[in-house]
Amino acid sequence: MKTRVFQREGLQPLLEALAEQFDRIIGPTVRDGAIVLDEIASDADLPAGWTDDQQPGRYRVGWRDDEAVFGFAAGPHAWKRFLAPPDVRIWTVRRDAGRLQFEPGRTVPRRDAFVGVRPCDLAALDILDRVYLQGPYVDPGYQARRQAIGIVAVNCTAPGGTCFCASMGTGPRAGAGFDLALTELVGDGRHEFLAEAGSARGEGWLDKVPSREASADDRAAAARALEEAAGRMGRRLDAEGLGDLLYDHLDHEAWDDVAARCLTCGNCTLVCPTCFCTLVEDRSSLGGESAERWKRWDSCFSREHSYIHGGYLRASGRSRYRQWMTHKLAGWHDQFGTSGCVGCGRCITWCPVGIDITEEARRIRGAEGTPAAERIRS
Amino acid sequence: MGRTRKPKLAVWKFASCDGCQLSLLDCEDELLDVVGAVEIAYFPEATRVSSRGPYDLSLVEGSITTLDDIRRIATIRKASKRLVTIGACATAGGIQALRNFKDVHEFVAAVYARPDYIDTLDRSLPIAHYVPVDFELRGCPINKYQLLELLSALLAGRRPSFPEHSVCIECKRRGAVCVMVAQGTPCLGPITHAGCGAICPAFARGCYGCYGPMETPNTASLGERWTALGVPPAAQARALRTFNAWAEPFRAAADAAAAAGKDRQP
Repeated sequence: MKTRVFQREGLQPLLEALAEQFDRIIGPTVRDGAIVLDEIASDADLPAGWTDDQQPGRYRVGWRDDEAVFGFAAGPHAWKRFLAPPDVRIWTVRRDAGRLQFEPGRTVPRRDAFVGVRPCDLAALDILDRVYLQGPYVDPGYQARRQAIGIVAVNCTAPGGTCFCASMGTGPRAGAGFDLALTELVGDGRHEFLAEAGSARGEGWLDKVPSREASADDRAAAARALEEAAGRMGRRLDAEGLGDLLYDHLDHEAWDDVAARCLTCGNCTLVCPTCFCTLVEDRSSLGGESAERWKRWDSCFSREHSYIHGGYLRASGRSRYRQWMTHKLAGWHDQFGTSGCVGCGRCITWCPVGIDITEEARRIRGAEGTPAAERIRS
Repeated sequence: MGRTRKPKLAVWKFASCDGCQLSLLDCEDELLDVVGAVEIAYFPEATRVSSRGPYDLSLVEGSITTLDDIRRIATIRKASKRLVTIGACATAGGIQALRNFKDVHEFVAAVYARPDYIDTLDRSLPIAHYVPVDFELRGCPINKYQLLELLSALLAGRRPSFPEHSVCIECKRRGAVCVMVAQGTPCLGPITHAGCGAICPAFARGCYGCYGPMETPNTASLGERWTALGVPPAAQARALRTFNAWAEPFRAAADAAAAAGKDRQP
């Protein structure tokens, strides 16, 4: 596969090449005091010169000293918003001369080009694929949307204060799962992108951008930028044996402590790029001539989510936080063969009270307890 | 469904501003469907037509503030197969429940030239304090889509869908950026019941808590966060004492904040 270098000015022809093949280009843009994901009309919509400052429960946009286009960390939106949208109509049913006529929801997806997908988020897409496509049941809506996208990944050279992808092995460099992966090289009068094609399609896009052959120096500069980024992660999570450790400490007092702070508001699950829980809701018209079934984002932090006949399985905030964290860091391994966490740090930044999953894991790690992991797995 | 006659709907008013009743008239596009599906048997805000009970569904707006109210709600309950309260006044006592924290007779003496003309109860209380309520619609005012969902569900004989989780989940669904995290704006969203669709945060304002407490509100933790954002305890108490001041979790949290505020004064 080709690896080329193009100038900052090459972004616009790249976007134009994408616009020929896709209905929409989705990428980062500044809105409402954050770098969100939204439709991009041209390279002018990209957050050139912007950055962010991220801490537990705190996010602020600001200006960089340079004009880097991708000089920021993961924002409040995750790509699941476009692949597994918050509100999906599954079907509509109408009464038609005494018969019920069912009509599926949107079956032909929009073709979206995702621009600026971070390595942590690429890892998240891989996890969502396992959840939606590789289990016993395939989600046809996700499948259709997933097959219709193209991916321009951007390796991460500006990790944030809540990032820990390096310790999760998901970044800051993209391994696979992209059509094109860019590394932004900025400074000393230089503003270029090292572009690695990951597919024939990606090579085709690259052909439409004025570029030159990547030299050994270019590759070294990119490697150096990514190595430095790996060293600037605001956080780390020691994932070694973490699943068993959590199963072994289900009654640890740390759960009480976090429950005292947890708002059970659900923000962490909704910003998480891999959390996939939904609820199914039926709507009917006033006259009873039609009805709709919707699938909507839900959260394991909602009490209703654990309702079964007779009551709530997880009535307390303690049980809900524990469910989320043990599922994310332990249960996913058993269920999907991977951690559910990619180290993007969103749940830490966007928790209104700044609960830090790496810190909570550290508390449990510092604990003694009785082995329960075997019991749970058996 | 084979309905033989249209269900009879009545809309009743107690101590309130009429805003929730107006949400029904605000249905505009759906209004013809509503009158097509139900017989409006009593709704003085909309029509002079008035037919006698029993009613299949009574929507009750407002809180109970007088002895006559107590008698009237008992009569309405008897005449109604289903009774649903609409809005913060009917479900939590409303903004007028601020009287509950003071001596109402002092207010009466201060406001009215002839206090002896005024016959009122010491407290403004929700409908459910006096009669059994089948369902409560939150909000100040209620959301017209929730009202339509209630009517559609009752007509279809299914359970209405009214999530009891935080406003945050609605806020994230619509893709709004968290005002508390990104701007440091105090927001009641994490402890407030969903239903409005997160209108205020979507327009860069903190949530005012119009829908009252969510299912499991952690008011203490949010209060600590507000303190860290620079909101003094007395201001926290005021933020909680609005339309749902008398709702237990908000009341308790406001009391605690008010007490903490007093401790701080020199």
